[in-house]
Amino acid sequence: MQTIPHTLSWGHDIPDPMRPARFRVESVQHELTGVFTVGLKPLDETQTFEFAPGQFNMLYQFGVGEVPISVSGDPARPTTLLHTIRAVGSVTNALQRVSPGTMLGVRGPFGTSWPVAAAEGSDLVILAGGIGLAPLRPLIYQVLANRSRFGAVCIFYGARTPDEILYRDELEQWRGRFDLTVEVTVDRAGSDWLGRVGVVTKLLASKGFSPPDTLACLCGPEIMMRYAVLALHDQGVGDQQIYVSLERNMKCAVGFCGHCQFGGAFVCKDGPVFRFDTIAERFDTREI
Amino acid sequence: MPNTLLISSDQLQTLIDGLRTQGYETMGPRLERGTIVYGPITSGSDLPAGFRDEQEGGHYRLVPSDPSGLEAESFFRYVVGPYSWKRLLFPPRQRLWRARRSDGGFALEPAETRPHPYAFIGVRACELAALAVQDRVFSQGDFADSGYRSQREQTFLIAVNCTRAGGTCFCASMHTGPRARGGFDLCLTELLDESGHRFLVEVGSEPGRKLMEQVSYRRARPDEIEQGRQAVEDAVGSMGRQMRSDAGDILRRNQEHPRWVDVANRCLSCANCTMVCPTCFCSTVEDVTSLDGAESERRRQWDSCFNLEFSYVHGGPVRREAAARYRQWITHKLTYWHEQFGTSGCTGCGRCITWCPVGIDITAEVAAIRDSERAVLEGEV
Ligand SMILES: Cc1cc2nc3c(=O)[nH]c(=O)nc-3n(C[C@H](O)[C@H](O)[C@H](O)COP(=O)(O)OP(=O)(O)OC[C@H]3O[C@@H](n4cnc5c(N)ncnc54)[C@H](O)[C@@H]3O)c2cc1C
Ligand code: SF4
Ligand code: SF4
Ligand code: FES
Repeated sequence: MQTIPHTLSWGHDIPDPMRPARFRVESVQHELTGVFTVGLKPLDETQTFEFAPGQFNMLYQFGVGEVPISVSGDPARPTTLLHTIRAVGSVTNALQRVSPGTMLGVRGPFGTSWPVAAAEGSDLVILAGGIGLAPLRPLIYQVLANRSRFGAVCIFYGARTPDEILYRDELEQWRGRFDLTVEVTVDRAGSDWLGRVGVVTKLLASKGFSPPDTLACLCGPEIMMRYAVLALHDQGVGDQQIYVSLERNMKCAVGFCGHCQFGGAFVCKDGPVFRFDTIAERFDTREI
Repeated sequence: MPNTLLISSDQLQTLIDGLRTQGYETMGPRLERGTIVYGPITSGSDLPAGFRDEQEGGHYRLVPSDPSGLEAESFFRYVVGPYSWKRLLFPPRQRLWRARRSDGGFALEPAETRPHPYAFIGVRACELAALAVQDRVFSQGDFADSGYRSQREQTFLIAVNCTRAGGTCFCASMHTGPRARGGFDLCLTELLDESGHRFLVEVGSEPGRKLMEQVSYRRARPDEIEQGRQAVEDAVGSMGRQMRSDAGDILRRNQEHPRWVDVANRCLSCANCTMVCPTCFCSTVEDVTSLDGAESERRRQWDSCFNLEFSYVHGGPVRREAAARYRQWITHKLTYWHEQFGTSGCTGCGRCITWCPVGIDITAEVAAIRDSERAVLEGEV
């Protein structure tokens, strides 16, 4: 039978998920060459913006376009929305030119989040490569704010060069804490770099966590995550204990446009954070 | 009012008039550029009477029926053409909203809605199934496409049972047709014999019943109902293709298979199959700014997984090879769709076969992969 009933009341209001809300840039923080963090406030200042670590927004720049960007701020401070962006193409380059007062459109938050609740009582490995640290920072904030609920917490971060280490001050600060293991490595460095050199997956061998009771959260280039999964397997961490965040082309973020499909999943709504066992098979299928 | 009624063919005009008086924009099959398309119809004479279609892989032709035969009077002896109702509810191009410079930024205006709801006349069973599939995509998930949903909720549907199968149809094996089993307001079965040109009418909803009150009808006799049932059975009997019921599993376990390269060598990546398919829902957006920079609008248009840019992420497309793109299309239809929406993405309408310039056949590709498995099992390869 008719699945949708007739209602001959024309033009009644259905909220439009494709329509952005208006925000204003409050701050722009330079992070690295081509990487910056934008702080946004809703036009209606009383409004807050709740999100879960790992979720993303669609950011719209007037006349240019819209792109998916993860929220990189503290979920406990929902008054200013932070996004850390790397300028790589038309929209992200335009976003690099905003300044306090610029109006941007925001749709979101969208997608799945890091398994904070499931991680309580366990050890936590947070492994990031490059700008992949941005979507993990809200998780780190949330864990630090509730530190006693978690076991050992290890943050492993890899950047290409020392100049490309994101959130360097914060990493230093976190490294100073006794209740965190923080290891940073770079692919290559000059002689003035006294830290580690090598791929981030090697850091997993340094232990500091108990594999059977560990959840691992990974974000970075897919190739890096592939090796990280193998390295975690070597340590005895299984697919069900591993979460990865994926990127696909996105035109809608709400399951309409089809662009983000990854096998039977829509990365925009079934992801971007996936428990690895649910996608392990397709992760190995070429060009899926 | 009984459930199955009988009307004479001239009462079709009364139905159309009744809908128009109620404020509906009546849309139905029309003859245009040698094919059947869906467009505005205001009278029964707008319907392409006395045509049947020839369809095969890569082939479509409308032919007039023998002028001395009964079929010359028929309204619905052709099946589906390159258009589907999707064009009306999910238009190929559409403005989503417009932003105008103001407030030291911009203000958003929604797209205007159409002034009239649609009435679709002549919706085939496979097309009702396709509408139900797109309903799941656009209005039954966590988010609803407001434009689609407000249109769809108010669309009046007059279905038509097929009494003849097209050359590429396989709806019977997809369990979507040729008989319409629900989801309509009214459903017609065309009866053509020595007693004249008449329609059986099944009433499927309250608005359907209300409309019939304006039409002169009588209760259908059991022999007439049986005649209609038999006519639809004829369509089942003349259906030349079928899809295997285990198609989804076959594709799932053969994501690496030489057939993908084989089909990619034939496929032109022209995207015709996705454009004619009544369930494909992929789209892209474009922001178009006025010359003076004062306003910018977000436009949405149909896209296709056969386009190289479709899967672009920084560094290049995910699906570079044509083989990967064909595999995405057919696996989405027959496998992933079940995981995403709890239903097949294919209704068996046959359009992708007919309108493929090189006649690639979705049923044959599945069968070829299945046969290769069997050959391996039997040790022939
Ligand atoms: C869930 C999610 C979260 C993301 N979070 C961040 C983040 O926190 N910080 C950040 O800097 N970047 C993030 N990205 C990547 C960011 O969306 C792309 O860099 C951006 O879309 C590039 O757009 P462009 O117009 O600047 O580039 P162009 O190369 O001009 O883009 C062309 C087209 O490809 C698409 N595209 C290009 N690269 C990507 C990509 N990597 N992922 C998805 N679509 C892409 C664009 O949307 C656009 O449609 C995220 C992507 C996803 C899917
Ligand atoms: S895949 Fe082909 S046969 Fe199936 S619904 Fe689409 S166009 Fe019709
Ligand atoms: S088959 Fe391709 S174009 Fe059609 S809905 Fe699926 S991904 Fe989109
Ligand atoms: S981004 Fe459009 S369906 Fe996921």
